[in-house]
Amino acid sequence: MRNTQRSQKIAFFFLFLATLLIVIPVGLIVVIIIQKGWPAINWQFLTDIPRQGMRAGGIFPAIVGTFYLVLGAIIFALPIGLLAAIYLSEYAKDNILNRIIKLAIINLSGVPSVVYGLFGLALFVVFFKFGASILSGSLTLGIMILPIIITTSREALESVPQSFREVSLSLGASKWQTIRHIVLPNAIPGILTGTILGLGRAAGETAPILFTVAAFYLPQLPKSIFDQAMALPYHLYVISTQVPNVDEKIRYGTALVLLTLVLFMNLIAIIIRYNFRKKKKW
Amino acid sequence: MADIKVNNLNLWYADFQALINVNAHFREKQITAMIGPSGCGKSTLLRVFNRMNDLIEGVRVNGEVIIDAENIISEKTDLVDLRKKVGMVFQRPNPFPLSIYENIVFGQRVHTEGLTRDKLDEVVEDSLKSVLLWDELKDKLNKSALTLSLEQKQRLCIARLIAVRPEVLLMDEPCSTLDPQATSRIEELMRELKHNYTILIVTHNMQQAARVSDETGFMLLGELVEFGKTQDIFTSPKDKRTEDYITGRYG
Repeated sequence: MRNTQRSQKIAFFFLFLATLLIVIPVGLIVVIIIQKGWPAINWQFLTDIPRQGMRAGGIFPAIVGTFYLVLGAIIFALPIGLLAAIYLSEYAKDNILNRIIKLAIINLSGVPSVVYGLFGLALFVVFFKFGASILSGSLTLGIMILPIIITTSREALESVPQSFREVSLSLGASKWQTIRHIVLPNAIPGILTGTILGLGRAAGETAPILFTVAAFYLPQLPKSIFDQAMALPYHLYVISTQVPNVDEKIRYGTALVLLTLVLFMNLIAIIIRYNFRKKKKW
Repeated sequence: MADIKVNNLNLWYADFQALINVNAHFREKQITAMIGPSGCGKSTLLRVFNRMNDLIEGVRVNGEVIIDAENIISEKTDLVDLRKKVGMVFQRPNPFPLSIYENIVFGQRVHTEGLTRDKLDEVVEDSLKSVLLWDELKDKLNKSALTLSLEQKQRLCIARLIAVRPEVLLMDEPCSTLDPQATSRIEELMRELKHNYTILIVTHNMQQAARVSDETGFMLLGELVEFGKTQDIFTSPKDKRTEDYITGRYG
């Protein structure tokens, strides 16, 4: 009896330790970044262009660049991803080919992002001759987040009860009417959540934009989708490793802005999901 | 209005034959009950009449099911037209997660373009009146249908169906989730509705069949064993198996 109690205590201790080992580094990262980056955050930092070889001034072009890239990625990836998800969940028969397709899509989200970068370089920059541009970068990021959007949208569509589809069909609605009026509206919160998580990923990645869009130093705003642009993750990489004597607080300030942006998007996703779960009654 | 004639109907799920040579005539303006133990094929038979079995892969059907002079199991049948004519009430009340109003006008919205608000209001009022819910719900039409009681939900589902103006109502154990009082009120409603519709009800509750139906069919292992006036089936069944079932020897 005492033995089992002791081994239980030991087991709990290690389980707790493992949890702590996960939580502490994440907490430390956030705390250190806020601590070191907060002094850099002011209105000028957020709205000015970089000056003195990026050692002073602000990061406004990088914020704008990231915003354009994320927007472009979503304009490209959401419609295609949603249509693919609708096909896979509503129309595709359950045969070997479609199972392979579903498996492939899930595996695609595990492909290292630098591979997407190289793919974007070969296809959009070189083959389609878009050059290093916002268009190439957005398309590359879009392809990278497609698997996330397809997978989460498919799950959202499949979680709509089968009985809703049956009733709708039994009332004489066509399959497409059933999807449009019944299935899609009930899946939208799940689709939105997946989309926002995809956006967060797109905003934070460096590798896919490295060869396809990111400018080392471009102290002006892009004028068209065929221009290069600065972007937050790449800018952070540049001022941390490529430019000597950049004040620490500027580096951490940039990291803080990027982190805030990504966490903010995830927060929105969590809020949407929370509200949806509260309302869901079936 | 329509009656349903079934001639030599067979149905297979892959290799399993679920309906074996079924012949029957379901008359209009009356309630016909299908009884039998679980898995006897009574729900399958019901789902032939609005082709809901098509949703299951690997179903094969042969024979004839005549509704309005048309063999509805033929490939050429327009399923939208058929399902407008032959509607279904399911076992579990299943309103859409929409308002009461939107639930009822769903059929109108998908079938007819550009209806005026007045027309839709009229459909809602008529449909709710025919299921005796109008007085209860007329002031809260914009509330979510999910807030209703089980019985109200099932009535709403019937109203949603009536709004499509069907001729046949298929009811697949419509009271199995309801309490006895609610069940008897739904049965009352069915007696009201039978003056305007052909009603088929599948039930595992023999008393319900006896109370509510004009004719009854007894099914066993995919066969329609006996079919006739409800009174005759329950008081003087011709087949030994029917007698065994209604006297409670199995099922």
